[in-house]
Amino acid sequence: MSSSSLLSSQSAAFSKDKPSAMVPDDFIWQGYSALETQWRVERLLSRYVACIDDDNLEAWPSFFTQEACRYEIITRENVERGLPLTLVFCTSQGMLADRIVSLREANIYPQRWYRHIVSNVLIQAVAEDYLEVHSHYVVLQTRRNGQTSIFSAGKYKDRIVFQNGELKFAEKRVVVDTHSIDTLLVSPI
Amino acid sequence: MNAPMTQFAKPWVANPDGYRVPYEVFTDQAYYEQEQEHIFRGETWSFVGLDAELPNNGDFKSTAIGDTPVIVTRDQNGQLHVFKNLCMHRGALLVRESRGNVKSFDCVYHQWSFDLTGALRGVPMRRGVRGEGGMPAAFDMANFGLDALRVEVMNGLIFASFSKTVEPLADYLGEGIVANIQRIFNRPIRIMGDYRQYIHGNWKLYAENTRDPYHGSLLHLFHSTFGLYRATQKGFTYMDPSNRHSLLKATASAAPTSASEDQEVYKDVRSYNTEFRLQDASILAGRPEFEDRASLVINAIFPNLLIQQIANCLAVRQSVTHAPNAFEIVWTLFGYADDDEEMQMIRMKQSNLVGPAGLISMEDGEAIEIVQDAVIRDGKKTSVLAMGGVHAGSVDHMITEGPIIGFWENYARYLKLGAGLKK
Repeated sequence: MSSSSLLSSQSAAFSKDKPSAMVPDDFIWQGYSALETQWRVERLLSRYVACIDDDNLEAWPSFFTQEACRYEIITRENVERGLPLTLVFCTSQGMLADRIVSLREANIYPQRWYRHIVSNVLIQAVAEDYLEVHSHYVVLQTRRNGQTSIFSAGKYKDRIVFQNGELKFAEKRVVVDTHSIDTLLVSPI
Repeated sequence: MNAPMTQFAKPWVANPDGYRVPYEVFTDQAYYEQEQEHIFRGETWSFVGLDAELPNNGDFKSTAIGDTPVIVTRDQNGQLHVFKNLCMHRGALLVRESRGNVKSFDCVYHQWSFDLTGALRGVPMRRGVRGEGGMPAAFDMANFGLDALRVEVMNGLIFASFSKTVEPLADYLGEGIVANIQRIFNRPIRIMGDYRQYIHGNWKLYAENTRDPYHGSLLHLFHSTFGLYRATQKGFTYMDPSNRHSLLKATASAAPTSASEDQEVYKDVRSYNTEFRLQDASILAGRPEFEDRASLVINAIFPNLLIQQIANCLAVRQSVTHAPNAFEIVWTLFGYADDDEEMQMIRMKQSNLVGPAGLISMEDGEAIEIVQDAVIRDGKKTSVLAMGGVHAGSVDHMITEGPIIGFWENYARYLKLGAGLKK
């Protein structure tokens, strides 16, 4: 595979989906084998959704890189129309933290639990200093009446980097199939 | 369903202590049916889209007026049309996509084909197959054009009406509302995208919410939580002469003229909450872009449109009804075609404030649902609208429920409830 085309990509999360078959089975990334890289990526995603579902939201910003990071939730409808509008648009850890303070202190929303199911974790591209990873998610919502429904389904398009011995999201673009938002969206996806 | 009107609540009377609306208007299917007939398909103009959504000839979008599916399209001569999304043959949805570009509308069921002006152009097997079948001699394609609505476009806002007799759009809106449309849509816009927010509540609870200038500082706590409450904010509430539409506008009347005055103004209000500060205040960074320096404009247009300007966050919000207890808000955010890159980024960041995930607006969805859930078996009980005096009309402040009373007076008039007008 040509790594130069990957490195020249301005933003991995914004690039078009590429067939993952382009990524060889035997790559080495940051000293890790392909197998261990896959395992570390899946562990990162599992920890990320556990942080949200266990209501440990104050820790949520720490899953992102400290200097510049990007977190977006955008509907597939807007993506397919080539339009930029996001439901959530954060360009720093501070903006992520502000969202959580707002959720805790300011916003009014129904009592509910979220449960994320993440699957189909595909390393789409391997560059020297980042991975481009796509995965599918479903968020189940349980309202206070005890009934559970699918709140959101979609795709994570992540740009993951290795920083201080840990994997972090430099970019996380959540592309939401469920473009009709059920009442409101307060927690991160 | 044509329920006898007598089953509805007694005429709504404005008593000195308040205007009262029975909760059954939010729950009863009979009201919903009458609204579709007399409001959405009656003597009104409904918003159906922005012409910037349909830049090219052949572009179309599907949407709904109330719950009637309609197609908005630009024909090969650039003319905009709105049709019922209903094949004239056997009633199938003619357009099944939300958007696209076509040369003709072809029904998938039996391939009847309509041109973009709505005329029926093709009926397969019209003359039969090998002498068998075929349409009768009396069948005239000219009689089967699409059901077209009246269309008017004002500064790029597309309105449609089922009524042949409703007054022209400019008269329907009135000068003050037209002036606000001209103010915001003063030059070509650039569509940023849509949000769709599905709310398990009645559409009129949102009509009330968007005509209620005084809930803002009480329900929406984002600004005050972060010590950003704007004490100097001065507003007014304008209503058109018919009291159908309202315009809530807030400016910093004591507009800081210098940095030191700004500091002085904010000195005390920042202590409103000393605990929290935005870690990244770039979300609120903006540029003044209107001469009147208004920071908040909420313009509700009867029956299904809201035009907003919150700082640099510009949007239209269209209500689409689904049932007495369900409706959708379709938000379309936009900037101007001549926005530079910095301005586009400002608008992207400020978009965090609005929509279903909006830091200052998400609560409205919850506020509607908690009313809907509570009133389900108390249809004869009433709300009370009294703040600011029990009357509709323009006032030079925002501590009023007058615009909501104006909405209900018109609602009663449209539904011929003969109510709410006695004083």
